[in-house]
Amino acid sequence: MRAAKYIWQWRSIAKQAFTQTSIVAKFLCLLHVTNNYLCSSTLVYGPSMLPTLNISGDVLLVEHISHRLGKLGPGDVVLVRSPVDPRKIVTKRIVGMEGDRITFLLDPSSNDSCNIIVVPKGHVWIQGDNMYASSDSRHFGPVPYGLIQGKVFMRVWPPHSFGSLEQ
Amino acid sequence: MGSGNILWSLAKNYFTVGLIGLTISDRYASVVPVRGTSMSPTFNPQTSTFWGSSIDDCVLVEKFCLEKYKFSHGDVVVFSSPSNHKERLIKRIIGLPGDWIGTPHSHDVVKVPEGHCWVEGDNSLSSMDSISFGPDLLESVYAALHISWFVLM
Repeated sequence: MRAAKYIWQWRSIAKQAFTQTSIVAKFLCLLHVTNNYLCSSTLVYGPSMLPTLNISGDVLLVEHISHRLGKLGPGDVVLVRSPVDPRKIVTKRIVGMEGDRITFLLDPSSNDSCNIIVVPKGHVWIQGDNMYASSDSRHFGPVPYGLIQGKVFMRVWPPHSFGSLEQ
Repeated sequence: MGSGNILWSLAKNYFTVGLIGLTISDRYASVVPVRGTSMSPTFNPQTSTFWGSSIDDCVLVEKFCLEKYKFSHGDVVVFSSPSNHKERLIKRIIGLPGDWIGTPHSHDVVKVPEGHCWVEGDNSLSSMDSISFGPDLLESVYAALHISWFVLM
């Protein structure tokens, strides 16, 4: 008689635990889908996008819809997986899409030599706004479109520069 | 009123199942059909059978490798093509970063740059791979990121 009561209590506890776990699991799935397919936030830091982004760190809102629909164009600030180290994600601006002819300065701090390149099919040319301290397509070449992770549309931190990225 | 409730709960169930399925297929494993003969005889060993068209092989791909991006020689990977990000290709990794690869057609020796890898199809006659588009970007591999494990059928 006692054993039956214990078994019944144990089953109700297990059932409650299962319900709570499934709620948490569903919430995590929703979080994953939102972060990967809708909108997410990132902390970015570094000097390569001065003066647009601060060197010490900004929190940006990134949307993941435009690059899947193919609606990116020159001038967009995007998050891109780095071609030299796939574990890093870098923030740069798209300067040219496929087929565009790009003229760029190789090393602006030392000389004025520039190169001209045509962006191959399926690739984009990305450059940091701060061309003196940015390692971008001028160093590792055009980047395949599939490496783009998302487009930045808003900055939320620091609070005095809350809003879109345009000056 | 009753049918509205039933429809609503049905829609909620479908939505939940869809979310969970999408998360699992993004993070853990998914099933991918193999088209074409660039990997025969490993996949799709015959081009056409007696009764017209053959059934494509389906493979189970796992995504755990994308955490650390650690691949090894001989792994079969699915990735998006560098020239068309919507197209997915499936090939075998022949060279990892730092390897020297000899290309048969141009009698040239190429060093695979950092962050890239060299992929080739098993059926070298009909395969669009690193021989045609240079060292394939490791990151494009990571963009689609899957390693096939089993042939399901």
